[in-house]
Parts: sequence; structure tokens; C-alpha cells
Amino acid sequence: MNAALTIAKREIRTYFNSPIAYIVVTVFMLLAGYLFFGSLFIERQAEMRSYFNLMPLLLSFIVPAMAMRLIAEEKGTGSLEMLITMPVRDWQVVLGKFLGGMTLLATLVGLTLFYAVTVMLVGPLDRGPAIGGYLGILLMGGSYMAIGVMASTFTRNQIVAFIIGFAISFALFLFYRLVQFMPEALRPLLAYLSVESHFEAISRGVIDSRDVVYYLSVMVVSLVIATVSLESRKWK
Amino acid sequence: MPELMIQVENLTKVYGATRAVDDVTFNVRKGEVLGFLGPNGAGKSTTMKMLTCFLAPTGGRAKVAGFDVFEDSLSVRKHLGYLPEDTPLYKDMTVLEYLQFAAAMRGMSSDRSEKRIKEIGGRCGLREVAGKLIGELSRGYRQRAGLAQAMLDDPDILILDEPTSGLDPNQIVEIRQLIKEVGKEKTVILSTHILPEVQATCSRMLIISSGKLVADGTPDELRAREKGSRYRLLVETNGTTQDAIKAKLTGIKGVSRCDTAAGEDGALAFTLDAAGDEDLRKVLFRAAVDNKWTLLELHREAASLETVFRNLTTHEVSKS
Repeated sequence: MNAALTIAKREIRTYFNSPIAYIVVTVFMLLAGYLFFGSLFIERQAEMRSYFNLMPLLLSFIVPAMAMRLIAEEKGTGSLEMLITMPVRDWQVVLGKFLGGMTLLATLVGLTLFYAVTVMLVGPLDRGPAIGGYLGILLMGGSYMAIGVMASTFTRNQIVAFIIGFAISFALFLFYRLVQFMPEALRPLLAYLSVESHFEAISRGVIDSRDVVYYLSVMVVSLVIATVSLESRKWK
Repeated sequence: MPELMIQVENLTKVYGATRAVDDVTFNVRKGEVLGFLGPNGAGKSTTMKMLTCFLAPTGGRAKVAGFDVFEDSLSVRKHLGYLPEDTPLYKDMTVLEYLQFAAAMRGMSSDRSEKRIKEIGGRCGLREVAGKLIGELSRGYRQRAGLAQAMLDDPDILILDEPTSGLDPNQIVEIRQLIKEVGKEKTVILSTHILPEVQATCSRMLIISSGKLVADGTPDELRAREKGSRYRLLVETNGTTQDAIKAKLTGIKGVSRCDTAAGEDGALAFTLDAAGDEDLRKVLFRAAVDNKWTLLELHREAASLETVFRNLTTHEVSKS
């Protein structure tokens, strides 16, 4: 566990020592801010719904961009060999990378608490949906992050890692929109697999264990696949 | 601690259709500095990657510090310091940060980590660059940082993949000195394709070619195995052509080959290879007297490691 935390700490330092974190944070804040304040001033509504509604799509490409370098970069430069020949288990490497990425995501989400404060200043904020929304962002973002880490183990090319991570995340996002075009029998399955359906429930302030379990399963499955993928170098 | 620090039995690694490492068997005892020698692409790095648990062998087994590299890889890695080829360190960290990171990864206590970083940093000559980013270091310093990282936890076994490649002659001497010093108490395996390196640092050498182990012994043993010797001649003649002399020399019993070499003004130089153990110097002197050549130089040398290396590896390489 200590090894995973050591790796996570190193990732955080790398993020903030390089332009990546600042670029991602800026792009995210600009997009989110534009959409949030647009609705605040135009619709004159003291609520965060439109901001939260946007998150499943926005994070589906922001998070893979944060995750793409986590392992692919080390594969490319060869430093993975150095890391993995230290006394550390492969799952600790994957977990450390994931935790490092999550810290950056949490920082990002933390910055947008500013929106909640703004809403509170202009009118009464509905606490339930706000807390649910932020929790939902972390859970959904965590799922995207785990998928991104997994994609990052598949290749030494960061762009390829981004595209794979985004494609899977976006597909999970899209399922909900496609439900109505699908045969009746498939609908419940697609709705269940969709990240958005679960997020919608949580961001209404209804924290249902089934939704939480869904996100945790996506994270666990992705990180397990990532570990297996990392171990695949040892296949005979 | 077992006396045999590394035991490799029939180790094989197959990538698709190529056998990168083919049925290699050897042991390394405690306190040995083993030179792993071979042309580029012979399978040195692949073998090291298997010993350091980065890759799993396709066949055979390897034990490091008494633990199997596949079944007990975590215990193996605890006893091991490794410097991969090209020293892939994190460029965005300073040397000190990197060593602290490596110490934390190895689960060293903060007291011990601080003490060891100071000690190893000093031994590797890293003091003056401790605060510099690794990405800004020269090749030599980066190599030393990688070496410091490998030695940090005082491992019983050091595996170094081309530790001196890309260094200038002064740095090479320093690194070799360091390796020799470490090799007194520890077990070291280093790979190289530079022969003098093996002579300068290693107590034993393995030659690997196209994945196969072709020689195993001390540098002296290997030299002794290669029979024959080489002679250099410099003669001054009064008009005899080079070809005529060459024909005479080739005719001498025991000479297997005669080449002309660059001579001096008015003198002709030849290199002779003789297969047998016999000393041909007397015969050559007599030949010179009989033919009225003035012998300016006559020098005999035993087969060099270079000859051994070339004989063992060249034909295999040209085949592939």
C-alpha cells in the first residue's frame, strides 16, 4: 500500500510540475464556467443542474486526457522497467497511478465548489442535489479515470491511450442516449451500463447504493484489467 | 545467504519466431563480478530482464538470491539493484527527489534512507548535482544517478545493463572503479560489448551469441583456450617485392595466414597468424637471414580476448 501511495505522490508532483495539469484545469474551468454562468444569468436560476448535466459528457474527454500519460508515458520512455523491477506489485503500480490521477480530478472538482458558493450567494442552494452532484462527479470521474488508466496500459503512445480511453468512456456515456433506438429487450441493460443514468439519479440528491455499486464496479473491473494488461509482459 | 547468488538453468525466451535467449545455463557465486559479453542483440538485455523479473522466461528457470524469479519475484527484487539499458530515470525529478522516491519504493525507513542517500550520493559523485533535474544532467551524471539508485538499499546483487555506454573515458574509469569496489562484497553482473571493460572489471566472463552461451570462464582461461599466436614483422629489403616476401612467409611451416600491414618508409610490415603452440620467432629470424632481409621488428603475441570474442561470435552473427 505504501508503494502505491509513493507512486501516487510522484504522479501528483509530475502533474503540477508540468503544463498538463494547468492546461487541463484551464480548459475544464473555461468550459464549465461558460456553461454554468450562462445558465445562471440567462435562466436566472439559482441552481447547479445545468452544470451537473453537462459533466458526463465533459468529463468523458477531460478525464482520459488526464489519464493518458499515467502508464503509456512510462512505457514509452522505458522508466516503467525501472519502476516495476523495484519490489512492488503490479496492482500497486496501477492503484498508485489511479490515485494520482484522482487527486488531480478532485482538485479540479474542488475548484468548481466556487460555483456552489456563487449560487449560495444569489439564492438558497438546494443542498441535497449539490452534495449528490459533487459526489456523483467523483464517482463518475473515477470510473472514467480507471478506464483511462486501463487504456494507458495498452500502449506506449499517449495519443492512442487517450483515444481508447475516450472511446470507451464516450460509449458508456452514449448508451443512455441510444436506449430509445434499441430493441425492448436490450433497454434495461443499456440503461444500467450507462454512466449517465446513474449520475442523473445521484445528482438529483438520491444516493442509491445501486448507483454507487455501478461506479465502483466499473473502477474495479477497469483497474483489474489494467493490472492484467501490465502483467501480460510476463506471459510466456 | 546461499553461496550461489544466481542460478540459471536452461533459460529460454522466445519472441514469436526468434529465440532471443536459447537454453542458457550458468551460476554466479557471491563476490563475483560477471561480465556478460556479446554483440548487440545477442540476448544480454533479455537475460537481464528475466533475472530482474521484468520478463518471464519461456522455458527453464532462474534463481536469484535463492528465490525463483517467477514464483517469488518480490523477494528476488528485494535483494536486487538494477540499472536498465539507457538509464530511464524520471526526467522531471531532481537527483535527490529521485533517490528519495526510490528509497520510499523500497520501503526504507526515513533515517536509513537519509543516511544511505548521503553515503551513496557521495560515492557516486552526485553531491554537486543533487538539486538538479535529471533531464538536465549530462549522460555521465545520469548514469551515476541510475547506479546510485540501484545500490541504494545495499542489495546483495547488482545487475547493470551497459553501465558505461555513452560515457567519456574519464567517466568510464570512475564507474569501473566504483563497480570493482562494490564487487568486493556484492555480486555484480554487467553487460557490455566492449572488451577492455571485461578485462578491467570482471573476474569472470560469459560470452553470448545469438541467444546461446558460447563461453564461460575467467578472461585468462578464455584466452588460453584459443591456441595460436600472432607475429608482427617489419623488414627492410633491397628490392624484393612485397608479394615475394609474402609468398616466402606463407610457405613457412606453421603459418596459417599472412597479411601485409602498413609499414614505414622503405620497410614492409606483415602480420602472421600461426595455429600451433610452437614459437616461430627463431624460424622467422632464420628466414630473414637466409633471404637477406633486414629484420627491424619481430613481435609475438598470444591470442587476445578480441580474437576469442570474434571467433566465438562473428560467424553466428553473419548467419542471422
